[in-house]
Amino acid sequence: MDLTINGSSHTVDLPDDMPLLWALRDGLNITSVKYGCGIAQCGACTVHIDGLAVRSCQVALADVWGEITTIEGLGTPDVLHAVQEAWIQHQVPQCGYCQSGQIMQAADLLARNPEPTDEDIDAAMSGNLCRCGTYPRIRAAVHAAASVMREA
Amino acid sequence: MGRASTIARRTFLIGSATILGGVAFGAYFVSRPTSNPLLKGLPEGQAALTPFVKITPDGITLIVPRADVGQGIASTQAMLIAEELDIDPSTTTLDPGQPHQAYFNAAVAADSLPFPAWNHGFVASTVRDLMGQVARLTSSQFTGGSTSVADLHETLRLAGATARETLKAAAAARTGVPRSHLRTEDGQVVLPDGTRIPYTELSAEAAAMDTVLDVTLRPASEWTRLGKPYQRLDIVAKSTGTQGYGIDVVLPGMLHATVRANPGRGGTMAGYDAETALSMQGVRSVVEVNEGLAVIAENTWFAFQAAQALDVEWLPPAYPASSAAMWQVLADARTDEFRNSRLRDDGDIKAALDGATVIEAEYRSPFLAHAALEPLSATVLVEADRVQIWTATQIPAVVRDAAVALTGLVPSQVTVHVLPAGGSFGRRLDHDYVVQAIQIAATMPGTPIKTTWSREEDMTHDYPRPLHMAVGRGAVSDGRVLAYDLDSVSPSLISSWFGRIASIPPGPDTALVWGAYDQPYAIPNYRVTGYAAPPLVPVGSWRSPGACSNSFFHESFLSELIHAAGSDPLEERLRLIADANSRLVLEAVGEMSNWAGVDIGPGRGRGIAFAHTHGVPVAEVIDVTVTERGIRIDEVWIAADCGTVLDPVNAEAQLTGAAIFGLGHAMNCELTYENHAVQQTNFHAFEGMRLHQTPLFHTRLLERAEQVRGLGEPATAPAAPALADAIFAATGQRLREMPFNKSVDFA
Repeated sequence: MDLTINGSSHTVDLPDDMPLLWALRDGLNITSVKYGCGIAQCGACTVHIDGLAVRSCQVALADVWGEITTIEGLGTPDVLHAVQEAWIQHQVPQCGYCQSGQIMQAADLLARNPEPTDEDIDAAMSGNLCRCGTYPRIRAAVHAAASVMREA
Repeated sequence: MGRASTIARRTFLIGSATILGGVAFGAYFVSRPTSNPLLKGLPEGQAALTPFVKITPDGITLIVPRADVGQGIASTQAMLIAEELDIDPSTTTLDPGQPHQAYFNAAVAADSLPFPAWNHGFVASTVRDLMGQVARLTSSQFTGGSTSVADLHETLRLAGATARETLKAAAAARTGVPRSHLRTEDGQVVLPDGTRIPYTELSAEAAAMDTVLDVTLRPASEWTRLGKPYQRLDIVAKSTGTQGYGIDVVLPGMLHATVRANPGRGGTMAGYDAETALSMQGVRSVVEVNEGLAVIAENTWFAFQAAQALDVEWLPPAYPASSAAMWQVLADARTDEFRNSRLRDDGDIKAALDGATVIEAEYRSPFLAHAALEPLSATVLVEADRVQIWTATQIPAVVRDAAVALTGLVPSQVTVHVLPAGGSFGRRLDHDYVVQAIQIAATMPGTPIKTTWSREEDMTHDYPRPLHMAVGRGAVSDGRVLAYDLDSVSPSLISSWFGRIASIPPGPDTALVWGAYDQPYAIPNYRVTGYAAPPLVPVGSWRSPGACSNSFFHESFLSELIHAAGSDPLEERLRLIADANSRLVLEAVGEMSNWAGVDIGPGRGRGIAFAHTHGVPVAEVIDVTVTERGIRIDEVWIAADCGTVLDPVNAEAQLTGAAIFGLGHAMNCELTYENHAVQQTNFHAFEGMRLHQTPLFHTRLLERAEQVRGLGEPATAPAAPALADAIFAATGQRLREMPFNKSVDFA
């Protein structure tokens, strides 16, 4: 099966019904995509398919309909995405395990809603669990990233 | 600085010795030194002076032995060394080191003693020091109890200062310029003429020097890194997906495994049929491990699928089958037979209650999972003469010893690679998952195998927070709390947990009454009794153990008495409080929230709670609103005193994160049992707080306390009682059982 991930082509020899999450993690060693629950309750596995945030634990390989972006495709330590810059500026992560998913979800929100209200952020981000309780800084960082992206 | 020089005099500094490629520095205070683990296998001409700083021609490594489970302690440890070493820690390599007595934790043992942390009397201090010695000898390398900075903040700064002065001595020997004329900056020794010598160039010469012993720690007023906002060293990695966790280990030729254990912890198997599982795609083998079976497969998904296909006949464990039966065990244990401690018995409680109008209330706190977002995982490679373990753990020495016991190798043949954890909250103070991973890998020597628990396995096979109940009886008079008697009943956490990882310590189980007996109130007639119920489900340490339940009981009952007395909840607490720093914290939260001066309006309520846990007094005020969709938590004010704040940005994160942890679980989390098995299998039934429920936070740290303390846990305990108090204020309904969504809805 052929997958396009962060602009590169990859071939995996894995069953059709295997969740994309495990193809990425175990098949391609892309471990930035996190396993947290396996049932779309935590959001740690969030990636983009054709720019839309999806829970990769719920997408069977055979159903992948477009190009996949993981957090590495969003930005890197040397070339950060505005959301990542805001996350660093506000020192959002504690354990950090949920944050790849949080950042992918936030990037999706801001791509479609450049000026989200608190209510918009609540609606978009409440499917992403953070057991450390970084929510106040997530909210602040999303607003900050929105502001930076609007000015850019 | 008098205090620092006192410490320096009683500090034993390891002499110069060689290490692999450089020199190592450290410091610790004991009456008898342990050896330096960095000395092992050093080539000639290189030196190791202490266990915490290693300098080679290629770079500088800081040893940060306390495990980072999200609380930021890796950064804090590095900053403590760097403050004295004069180096940008982001230019160094951080290494958790190997399990060793040099990295023991004295503060954990000290905080377990039957003296409140605010008791600095002679007997309490002396016994604490003795226990520190005992912990060191038993290789007690825990990360837990919010003790890391309390334990290491002087040791690590001394390690940095020792290294700095010895490097200066090496530069002095090379250049002929007296050491006192040299200064240090950015990892370099600076000569009076401006010439700079990088530390890395001095490693071989420093190795040959006598360690400089007369170091004096810089006072906090001269700090350039500590106490100022700085960027945690892991923030960029954790914001770009480049942080590797225990579960992310990838090794060449690695296979994957998962575990399917008896749904009843401790139960055994009558038999099993693995034929279907073995026929499934990618499955290599099915093996027996502690508590059940494991599937080894080509990837985690194959292993998960096959584990579900195992047909197993489980035998029941020893504990009662249902939650209802377990609550009955607790209710039946409030008798003299099960009395474990009475560490608070002021005045004459019997006389005070006799003839008075007695107010009585019963409180309950459920089993709770830790549910760190990173499921439990360990990767193990077993070879003929060596075992390597990659995992996120808070007890690397226990893990090492388990590997020795399982493989028959000696400790020096075991390497424990401690990796960052995606949360823990106390779960990684157990090593059951690592034991299974070792058992699994031992069936295929030479092949690295990563064992990953499914979320369902993780949630249903926790060592949960214990079931806990309390009965309060009290009396008031003339607007004052006159008598307070609390019976706290729970199976012994210490017996269960220590029984698994070490041995059960003598004396009462203080954890059973943490957050109750040790609160600094001067109630005239005041008694707290702990009852150790018979063991039920094996239980573990959960963020702020003991206190996470007891504080809810203790503060809630105090609020009930204050309400009965017709007094103001803050004013009466201020009248009763007997510890100066605790009083300041209560006054601060009153000022921050404008406690006395604001009418918060109809349909709303304001609550307060205080707890002194882990040596830190914390007061929290919470405002709630009753909405059509349920109770909404609007705003939270937190005041605390952990002494000198080392990292203000992270300190605020720990206060708010701990409060959210306490609130979220109080709102909607419990583990219940039917047929011996946990009924909640995933986050759909164990949510905690989500972003849309998150209130606005205001925090303040007073920095008045003399001792430096950690903040990973202290704000957890008062969150639940403050919320219950606020809901009472808004609705008139007393919530005496967690989770509160048994009784009210939350928006």
